[in-house]
Amino acid sequence: MIRVILPPHLRGLARISGEVELEIAGQVTQRAVLDALEARYPMLSGTIRDHVTQQRRPFLRFFACGEDWSHEEPDAPLPEAIASGAEPLLIVGAIAGG
Amino acid sequence: MSKVRVLAGTRKGAFILTSDGKRQNWEVSGPHFAGWEIYHMKGSTADPNRIFASQTSGWFGQVIQRSDDGGKTWIQPGTPPGEPTTGPGGMPKGESNKFVYDDSKETGKPLTTHQWYDGTQKPWVFKRVWHLEPSLSDPDTVYAGVEDAALFRSTDGGKSWHELSGLRGHGTGPRWQPGAGGMCLHTIILDPKNPKRIYIAISAAGAFRTDDGGETWRPINKGLYSKYIPEPTAEVGHCVHRIALHPSRPDVLFMQKHWDVMRTDNAGDSWQKISGNLPTDFGFVIDVNAHEPETVYVVPIKSDGEHFPLDGKLRVYRSKSGGNEWEELGKGLPQRDCYVNVLRDAMAVDSLDKSGIYFGTTGGQVYVSPDGGDNWATIVRDLPPVLSVEVQTLA
Repeated sequence: MIRVILPPHLRGLARISGEVELEIAGQVTQRAVLDALEARYPMLSGTIRDHVTQQRRPFLRFFACGEDWSHEEPDAPLPEAIASGAEPLLIVGAIAGG
Repeated sequence: MSKVRVLAGTRKGAFILTSDGKRQNWEVSGPHFAGWEIYHMKGSTADPNRIFASQTSGWFGQVIQRSDDGGKTWIQPGTPPGEPTTGPGGMPKGESNKFVYDDSKETGKPLTTHQWYDGTQKPWVFKRVWHLEPSLSDPDTVYAGVEDAALFRSTDGGKSWHELSGLRGHGTGPRWQPGAGGMCLHTIILDPKNPKRIYIAISAAGAFRTDDGGETWRPINKGLYSKYIPEPTAEVGHCVHRIALHPSRPDVLFMQKHWDVMRTDNAGDSWQKISGNLPTDFGFVIDVNAHEPETVYVVPIKSDGEHFPLDGKLRVYRSKSGGNEWEELGKGLPQRDCYVNVLRDAMAVDSLDKSGIYFGTTGGQVYVSPDGGDNWATIVRDLPPVLSVEVQTLA
């Protein structure tokens, strides 16, 4: 079970509170997590990564186990603690502007 | 008993203001979509309970919302809460947020470039929906004006969007450039008498018209003079801020340009300046009284460098003669220390017997005049900065 923590605006959009738990078959990567997240909550399509280019939105960051994974390859395996569910994957909105 | 429903989009959410026909006592509902920028909301004339909203964010991109009960509840079209999240064939829903320029060989145009602030060319990149314009006859059809400038249409209630690429690709695109707010298509006017005719306006490209339902387009900027661009009478490149018409005379358009208030009597084939005695003819909004086709409203703003009213006095100006002769209207509006702006989509008129006039400010106020501009009152005073105001007149 993978755990994901979304920024408050996206939790509101998806009408959820707290963490998201996702089942992922196969290797746990950023792409696999986002694919599963968007399949469960299609209203999040396009909000974390661009619909067409699949690029991460510039004001969002991915953190895993205290490390910034935003610039890692989307198909790179995430840390074991994320894959096992011991730690959540954090999707964080940049603090910028009011 | 008649009612009015005012739809106010703000920097931090949507608000719905309702009153009876007297327009004296108001109920305020909101914020809906708290924390998100609501660039525009507009109700369908074919089904007034259907309202479309553009919810957008510099962080999270574009979301389209729709209400089918007059704004009480909202869904993302194609993704109703509680329903399966995949459609027939297992295709994921969530397409309602997807605005992709049409560069297909069959129906689209190559994704070319437009001019950037420094004169270099930049490719089109979708940023947000500025304006939603529901069809006058079909509740499932709605148009979206977007940044970078293009026109999209949905024929399934906002579930999916397709670009009318003949506009972006008709040939003048490389000479379009962003205004200070971005290269946005902010005005869409559907001709009430000719369903094949649509007017749109882009900052900073100008006004354009189609006479074949959106297949082909041409600039309609003859008569505009913009001294701040290299060729002041250029075919395109003008910073048009807003266009309005009266439904009884769709060939007569009124325009608030960056500077200059303009008028055309031939569907945009040629324009004449009607600034007349306005104290400044810079501004953003313009609208027409619901019952008097020659009665026009603007809110003069001091200058392009100082986006606030002259002398700290918030005043609407009204012309009852289709332009040139303007009278100031300030009764009930702040007449000292007022330094707000009124953005281009933030004025609307209702169609009650005495046409009501509404506008919202960057200071968070929404004002109403229930008598065509003679007297003004504050509906709500402390909203986030108001981006757009629309009004629905309900039976």
